[in-house]
Amino acid sequence: MTETTIVQAVNRALREAMQADPDVLLLGEDIGVNGGVFRATEGLFKEFGADRVIDTPLSETGIIGTAIGMALYGLKPVAEIQFMDFIYPGFDQIVSELTKFRYRSGGQYPCHVVIRTPYGGGIKGGLYHSQSTEAYFAHTPGIKVVVPSTPADAHGLLLSAIQDPDPVLFLEPKRIYRSVSGEVPDGAGPEPFGHARVVREGTDVSVFAYGAMIPPAAEACEGVAADGVSAELIDLRTLVPLDEASVLASVEKTGRAVVVHEAPRFCGFGAELAAILAERAFFSLRAPVARVTGYDTPFPYALEQLYLPDAARIRRAIVDTARAG
Amino acid sequence: MADAAAPAPPTPEATPSDLAVDDELAIYRVMLLARTFDERALALQRQGRIGFYAPAVGQEAAQVACAWALESGDWLFPSYRELGVALVRGTTPEELFDQFLGNAADRLHGRQMPNHYGFRDRNFVVASSPIGTQVTQAVGAAMAAVRRKDRVVTVAFFGDGATSSNDFHAGLNFAGVFRTPTIFFCQNNGWAISLPRERQTASKTLADKAAAYGVPGLVVDGNDVHAVFRAVRDARARAVAGEGPTLLEAQVYRLGPHSTSDDPRRYRSEGEVDVWRQRDPIGRLRHELIEAGHWSEADDAKLLEEVRGEVAEAIRRSEAKPPSPPASFFDDVLATPPPSLEAERREFERLLAEGVVKP
Ligand SMILES: Cc1ncc(C[n+]2csc(CCOP(=O)(O)OP(=O)(O)O)c2C)c(N)n1
Ligand SMILES: [Mg+2]
Repeated sequence: MTETTIVQAVNRALREAMQADPDVLLLGEDIGVNGGVFRATEGLFKEFGADRVIDTPLSETGIIGTAIGMALYGLKPVAEIQFMDFIYPGFDQIVSELTKFRYRSGGQYPCHVVIRTPYGGGIKGGLYHSQSTEAYFAHTPGIKVVVPSTPADAHGLLLSAIQDPDPVLFLEPKRIYRSVSGEVPDGAGPEPFGHARVVREGTDVSVFAYGAMIPPAAEACEGVAADGVSAELIDLRTLVPLDEASVLASVEKTGRAVVVHEAPRFCGFGAELAAILAERAFFSLRAPVARVTGYDTPFPYALEQLYLPDAARIRRAIVDTARAG
Repeated sequence: MADAAAPAPPTPEATPSDLAVDDELAIYRVMLLARTFDERALALQRQGRIGFYAPAVGQEAAQVACAWALESGDWLFPSYRELGVALVRGTTPEELFDQFLGNAADRLHGRQMPNHYGFRDRNFVVASSPIGTQVTQAVGAAMAAVRRKDRVVTVAFFGDGATSSNDFHAGLNFAGVFRTPTIFFCQNNGWAISLPRERQTASKTLADKAAAYGVPGLVVDGNDVHAVFRAVRDARARAVAGEGPTLLEAQVYRLGPHSTSDDPRRYRSEGEVDVWRQRDPIGRLRHELIEAGHWSEADDAKLLEEVRGEVAEAIRRSEAKPPSPPASFFDDVLATPPPSLEAERREFERLLAEGVVKP
């Protein structure tokens, strides 16, 4: 067993899936000879050739639309969108087509397309290389939304995504592509969707986060011990399907919740979590649900470190929540 | 990937010039300034003094001669790689470095990545990263100019890769239908990051794509300032005469990396780059000017020193400026911020005051 990074774990899952099933193929911009701008497909072009690692013209609607056609025909396409910020030329194909094929055909045409895309800020990418717009997609019925935060999850959840009978948006936290490493056991298989992971147990406050917010949230949860607060950190891992049982169980224990995401607050995924808690854990709550999020502005470039939630901001919210009520 | 990866190098032939000698010399100066600026910006990025950079090296003739053929009232819709155009419009190196640093003097208040600048007073519309989006916008601005009876043209600047985008096709279609005074100025630099031009489209030329929309399309040697100048001037004349849009494909070559995040050795050969280095537009114009007796090696050395000094001074001044104020990223979301955003700003200022977040 060796330590791998998140981007290496993605690469490994793609390789294993392609070795196991000749129907799996990749398409996207700069993924072939260049190995992807983040090197997620490094070496795959050489191993599997241009027919299975397809460098496409610069068109996201082309990538997603053709992936849909391939899936309808029976292949298992894994599309890469170079940055989540550039998914919108293909948004129509996702929202109007991909997510509705199964439904509108009465189940005749399931559409198992995986769309992998790096998301999130913290790499000095400015307005168009930083966004986290998972809420648009989680809001759209008919697609699963997955956000790993560790190499093992990146590997296992991607294997599941590729085997899934339905569309999956697989969001890769590019800020921690290389900074987070860990072991992916030999022979590790798919990780099932819909299971949150308790990163750290605690008794006073439940902290919910995912993707690149896990490291600062973990740091904050460690930090509040010094303030006499015991924080429980839960990595949601899949936003759709959401592991509501784990969310509720944690808050029933702690009575307090802090939700963290880097996307803007207004109508962000945290609003859904807060609503679930209000609807289903109201009588367990001993303090208002707090949200630590990006602000409701486009993603700024030079001042991104002030925009993004960090350990200090999360820590403050945990302590305030622990002491409220 | 052999030389086939890029369009065949256009054969340089002596083009009789429509440019006065003074114009040629002024164009040459801007091209040399652009090259010098690019080299310094790349170095600054390597030293960690700016975060990112995408150079225009190799595309100077196309950019500068194109901008030279336009009028100051014409609206420009750039991509992130139009340094030469910005300089012709009077943008100073210092303003550009201010933007790259996102310092307090940056008109964009540090919100955008380097290269994504814009200057309303120069009719240089602020750039975005998503490829191709400016193409339809340029057409809309042209429709508006017609409605206002202004004798201006709009120009969309974009690359070979952008010709695969949704907006390229929608933009050309609208322009054809509404006969808008628009110039589609495509710089085919051979590459869209790692994708060579011939894998971008099976179309023989990019200019050919105009035919489907009933728009004239022309290929021009983008390393020839005279050819570019004439093509743009003619397209502009047609546009203001009400004769409609033109797609120009300026064939150039991206001599540098796509950006500082890119390593072109992964996908193209040095040999290919060398072929195009021989056709460097700056060397070509210098040679022409010297041959014609309008310029000398001594003049050149002096000019180079001058533009290097200008760029160095700009960097010095930009780096001396303070950063953008912390809460400035809350401005300009809407003319009147919604209450939720006002509340977030107050919260941010409280966290700042308490030292929870640190500028
Ligand atoms: C819609 C969209 N998809 C992908 C990208 C990522 N990307 C940035 S530049 C680029 C290539 C652009 O090539 P071209 O249009 O030829 O312009 P050049 O960079 O060569 O000037 C790509 C794929 C993007 N910016 N926007
Ligand atoms: Mg190009």
